[in-house]
Amino acid sequence: MVIIRSFEITNRLGIHARVAAKLVETANRFKAEVSLEKDGVEVNGRSILSILALYCPQGSRLTICTEGVDAQEAMAALASLIAEKFGET
Amino acid sequence: MSDKELKKTFVIKGIGVSPGVVIGKAYLFDRLDAQIPFYKLSDPGLVNEEIQRFRKALRESEKQLLELKSRLGDLGGGMDPLYIIDVHILIMKDRKFVDQTIQNIRKMKVNAEWAVRMTVDKYREIFDRMEDDYLRGRISDIQYAGQRILANLAGKKRAVLDIGERVVIIAADLSPADTAQLKLDSVLGFATDIGGKTSHTAIVARSLEIPAVVGLVSVTRDVRTNDDIIIDGSAGVVIVHPDPEVRRRYEDKKRLYKAAQDNLLDYAHLPAVTKDRHRVEIGGNIEFVEEIPSAIAHGADGIGLYRTEFIYITREELPSEEDHLASYRSVVGVKGLSWSTIRTFDLGGDKFYLDKKTSRELNPQLGLRAIRFCLKEVELFRVQLRAILRASVKGKLRIMFPMISGIEEIRAAKAILAEVKEALLAKGEPVGKDIEIGVMIEVPSAVIVAEELAKEVDFFSIGTNDLIQYVLAIDRINEQVTYLYEPLHPAVLRLIKAVVDVGHRAGIRVAMCGEMAGEPIYTMILLGLELDELSMNPLAIPRVKKIIRGSTLKESKALLKKVMTLSSSTEIRALVDAVMRKRFPEEFQVNGQ
Repeated sequence: MVIIRSFEITNRLGIHARVAAKLVETANRFKAEVSLEKDGVEVNGRSILSILALYCPQGSRLTICTEGVDAQEAMAALASLIAEKFGET
Repeated sequence: MSDKELKKTFVIKGIGVSPGVVIGKAYLFDRLDAQIPFYKLSDPGLVNEEIQRFRKALRESEKQLLELKSRLGDLGGGMDPLYIIDVHILIMKDRKFVDQTIQNIRKMKVNAEWAVRMTVDKYREIFDRMEDDYLRGRISDIQYAGQRILANLAGKKRAVLDIGERVVIIAADLSPADTAQLKLDSVLGFATDIGGKTSHTAIVARSLEIPAVVGLVSVTRDVRTNDDIIIDGSAGVVIVHPDPEVRRRYEDKKRLYKAAQDNLLDYAHLPAVTKDRHRVEIGGNIEFVEEIPSAIAHGADGIGLYRTEFIYITREELPSEEDHLASYRSVVGVKGLSWSTIRTFDLGGDKFYLDKKTSRELNPQLGLRAIRFCLKEVELFRVQLRAILRASVKGKLRIMFPMISGIEEIRAAKAILAEVKEALLAKGEPVGKDIEIGVMIEVPSAVIVAEELAKEVDFFSIGTNDLIQYVLAIDRINEQVTYLYEPLHPAVLRLIKAVVDVGHRAGIRVAMCGEMAGEPIYTMILLGLELDELSMNPLAIPRVKKIIRGSTLKESKALLKKVMTLSSSTEIRALVDAVMRKRFPEEFQVNGQ
């Protein structure tokens, strides 16, 4: 199963180290492949350095793709993380 | 500066402190980098081993971070620090990071340290392009992770800068600890921002016979690693990005300099005797036993100063008696040398006290160092003295105590020496019979009480570097006042004369082992003072011998007599320059030297 969804990054500091760590930790809880895409560049959702290098300040549009048996659950977890602004402001 | 501008030839002027010309590549020495060895793998078979080293360092780093995290967690602190640790762990476990580094090792054939550094640098490039200040600053987390891995790669092993090809070292300044980290045989020359004729860099360069220019102020800003560079240590000039024409001229200069050296070597093995048959003994100053062959080749009669500091500096822990002994045995009783003078420990306590509060001194030159330190840390002193005494059976040995300021210190030092000697003899260890004991005369008070000191010792050795510094109250590392550093200051000359006179009246030998002894411009003055021994950087010996063999004691004494009537250094220098230029025109043409 493949699920693709787009998000806007709304927390003030954007995807910084701690946020990237949360994304990786969340992705790691599932079997599904997770990839992030911004401006045509796609990176592995389990690589903290690649996510940081993707460069997502506040207001960035990010597309997430999950693929695998638990793709749906993985996407739900990531979506709620982003909706909660990663627990930040 | 654009690349184009960078390639333009430019010249920086400083103080030439070690003669010779060298043409090569610059290497910017940075203390942090110096801890880390970077090298290409010599054998492709080492690739897998390097990868294993990297993986092991990764595992260890992660383990340390997890331990740190659980310790912090137990403290019940806030969440933030724990999160940062997670970030660092995730970076170390990042497949991209790990794979990229392994690929660097495999494809570039570099060691793990270098490979990690390359990976971090690649991310730095990416982050540097980010507009958002906060996100761009996250590179620091990657650098932190990289540093931890590097620290684990280093392990406990002592790191030595390994640069492969021979390079010119560019640095702000080099301390003894820095030079101890350099692989000296891969150094072509030195160029530093600060320093003077007697700074550590200068001394090391002269002893290695490689050119050095110091006091360049901004060479570390103006020169980049791998720039083409020429060092003219005779003229005190550094040329960066030399154009082909300049380069060719310097190739010529380099050849000429070598020829002049070879020419002077004719004098190396002739005795240092004036035309009217006054003989001076010539010693070599060394700090590594490896310099002994060069000392002999350049015509030293003996070793006038063996600095033992490197025995301490190049080790993590205090040297054992056997460590000392190994060095002293190579210095004493060497064929071709009539005597060897070993100077005891002459460092500050800062090298040994881990407690920064005790070790930090506002004015280390006037602080707890040399004999003062030894009399406080007696056991450290005993270890060195025992080794010196044990080596004394090999040949003619002189022991010299540095920084003596009064009679109590020499008596205390002698008492400890006697005690150590008794203990050795009691154990049946043989000790040389005719060991001579001497003091360095470098603290002004020692000159004033020289008469009393002479009753305690067999010889004096005047350390002009410190004596001049203490008498004229100038910090020789401070560029603002180096112009005041003047061996021909009447106060300095009068002190030296007083020491020689007192010593000779007491019937003891008087040597000079400071830089002044090796400067040919002063040779006639020193002859006139009737010093028994001049000990100098071995490279300087042939030229000094040439002057001695070309002069008479009579004219030297006449020059000295005239000099002693003058009241200012300016007049004295003018007179000495004029006389030396007239007497030895081929030696003192350009810049008076």
